[in-house]
Amino acid sequence: MTPFTTHTGLAVPLDRANVDTDQIIPKQFLKSIRRTGFGDNLFDAWRYHDEGDMGKTPNDREINSDFILNVPRYQGASVLLARENFGCGSSREHAVWALSEFGFRCVIAPSFADIFSNNCFKNGVLPIVLAEAEVVALFDRALAGEDVQVAVDLAAQTVSSGDAVYGFDITEQRKHSLLNGLDEIGATLAQAESIKTFEGSYKQRRPWTFLRDV
Amino acid sequence: MAQTLYDKIWQDHLVTEQEDGSALLYIDQQLLHEVTSPQAFEGLRLADRSVWRIAGNLATPDHNVPTDPKERETGIAGITDLIARTQVSTLDDNCRAFNIEQYDIHDKRQGIVHVMGPEQGATLPGMTIVCGDSHTSTHGAFAALAQGIGTSEVEHVLASQCLLQRKTKNLAVRISGELGHGVYAKDLVLKIIGELGTAGATGHTIEFMGEAIRNLSMEGRMTVCNMAIEAGARAGLVAFDDVTAAYVKGRPLAPSGELWDQALAYWRTLHSDADAVFDTQHSIDVTNMAPQVSWGTSPEMVVAIDGVVPEPVGAKEEGIRNACTYMDLQPGQKMTSIELDRIFIGSCTNARIEDIRVAAQVAKGRKVASSITQAMVVPGSGLVKAQAEEEGLAQILVDAGFEWRAPGCSMCLAMNADKLQPGEHCASTSNRNFEGRQGHNGRTHLVSPATAAAAAIAGHFVDSREFV
Ligand code: SF4
Repeated sequence: MTPFTTHTGLAVPLDRANVDTDQIIPKQFLKSIRRTGFGDNLFDAWRYHDEGDMGKTPNDREINSDFILNVPRYQGASVLLARENFGCGSSREHAVWALSEFGFRCVIAPSFADIFSNNCFKNGVLPIVLAEAEVVALFDRALAGEDVQVAVDLAAQTVSSGDAVYGFDITEQRKHSLLNGLDEIGATLAQAESIKTFEGSYKQRRPWTFLRDV
Repeated sequence: MAQTLYDKIWQDHLVTEQEDGSALLYIDQQLLHEVTSPQAFEGLRLADRSVWRIAGNLATPDHNVPTDPKERETGIAGITDLIARTQVSTLDDNCRAFNIEQYDIHDKRQGIVHVMGPEQGATLPGMTIVCGDSHTSTHGAFAALAQGIGTSEVEHVLASQCLLQRKTKNLAVRISGELGHGVYAKDLVLKIIGELGTAGATGHTIEFMGEAIRNLSMEGRMTVCNMAIEAGARAGLVAFDDVTAAYVKGRPLAPSGELWDQALAYWRTLHSDADAVFDTQHSIDVTNMAPQVSWGTSPEMVVAIDGVVPEPVGAKEEGIRNACTYMDLQPGQKMTSIELDRIFIGSCTNARIEDIRVAAQVAKGRKVASSITQAMVVPGSGLVKAQAEEEGLAQILVDAGFEWRAPGCSMCLAMNADKLQPGEHCASTSNRNFEGRQGHNGRTHLVSPATAAAAAIAGHFVDSREFV
């Protein structure tokens, strides 16, 4: 996984609550069996006027120039500023792959849906929960026309922007994984002995759950 | 110490726990399908890892398979969408390469993962179950801890049979009263989500309890748990009881003989202790509750069938206004005035035999309105399909003008040809009414099978209690 230590970038305000993963990457792109190729279709139904499908390139599409990601001053933005319950709905990790490939390294919101947030951590994208009032302050500045630059320091667990410094929470395990770009499966398999021991005693206790094992 | 049902199952599967609360949880059963698994298998291959416990996995294609019976006749080779065909055959290849059991496209047992699991007895009480699909919460109806996960986690479970997690909080939703005639589990869960809101249960596992839940069949309980995720919960649960036991007994993958007795003795402990403490509580009385219908673009935007589209006021003003624009509805407009273009009866929420029976009961001796472009019934599995045909339900539906399809997710997420055209309104028994979910610029209303079937007959929403 790509490590995440610090990141500085322009924040683009996506002023909508409850943005769901069907919005982030519509289902027609889920037919792909690959992990890449989703960036051009991030927020597809909002970014383009015509209906998207696999194989269509942005050059063949009708761009919706009103959509915030298409506004010229936000080109190159790498921090997504979002409202509450961002990423609700489907468990599709394709949503994070699309955000990441588009160039987002972190998403800041007052709250995230559970599975989406997990998926972010697995892909080196940092979902940062700030207090409602802090997110509102960032939105107010961005919507008033200011270019909001944001500096994230994962080790210090801070987001700095303008004169403000906001702290955020993260579990030690996740922080460690991200800072070191750790292979989580590898880390789990390093505990293979514990898993085997557990499995052995669990099988004694609940033998009927192993009926299909030969 | 008194424990909740969630606490008990969590504790029973805890491999290790760190100081910061991160835990390794042992997973009994992983269900796989074609859409969220290819990248996980690819990851395994790239890292040269093997599957930890082959029998801990079970696969079936569902999201992307065609439901046109003709297109299904020749199996994978018959799938006309070449990209979809590749995805389904990739699942085939991966299952073969890693020796994982699959109910493939030709198999009678093939179906929507969340219909197939319980039907086969792959879902058992007290288990931990995961699947790369958010509606895995469905299996919680069996007092199993069942959660949707992303593809990286699918890979993690394939490789280690464990999931890295932190414990959630406990939320009790207590439902009192009795559902009236012609009011169903779907109406109940829509009402609950309307009250909790789509983020109301974030960070929690919900246990549904109370009289109305105990009176539900397993099918009904699955419908309720299925939509727990729409309230933001990680999982939904219902305590084990005789109804659960009766459903599980005799299923192909369920224990029998002495093992059954042993399992049953344990399963009887799968309920929250009387004095267990929940972090959050919500109570609701369903006496006199009418059938429910969603008007907007989020599953919390729900009103009674005799209700109206709400006014854009209060904290959610902007959301209501956006949804009205997308849905082309006016505040104050009666739900019964909404004309439908398509009807979809299917999905892991409502495509079990009981749902088909209700739809057929409404349709019997009646005709789908001529203004309806398409009314489709998509059974949840090959076995549901066969049973419905045997009971004569399929014929009743076809005689009334419904299309009778082959099993799959179909228009629930519209990955295949089953979808709405821009601007169309659909009465759907699925679980999500997000913008574009059932087709680009399509407009979805979530309802019970009875309400969907009644809307098909009337051409617009109508109180289905008059039909059953
Ligand atoms: S029927 Fe719909 S919600 Fe259920 S598994 Fe299929 S796509 Fe997901």
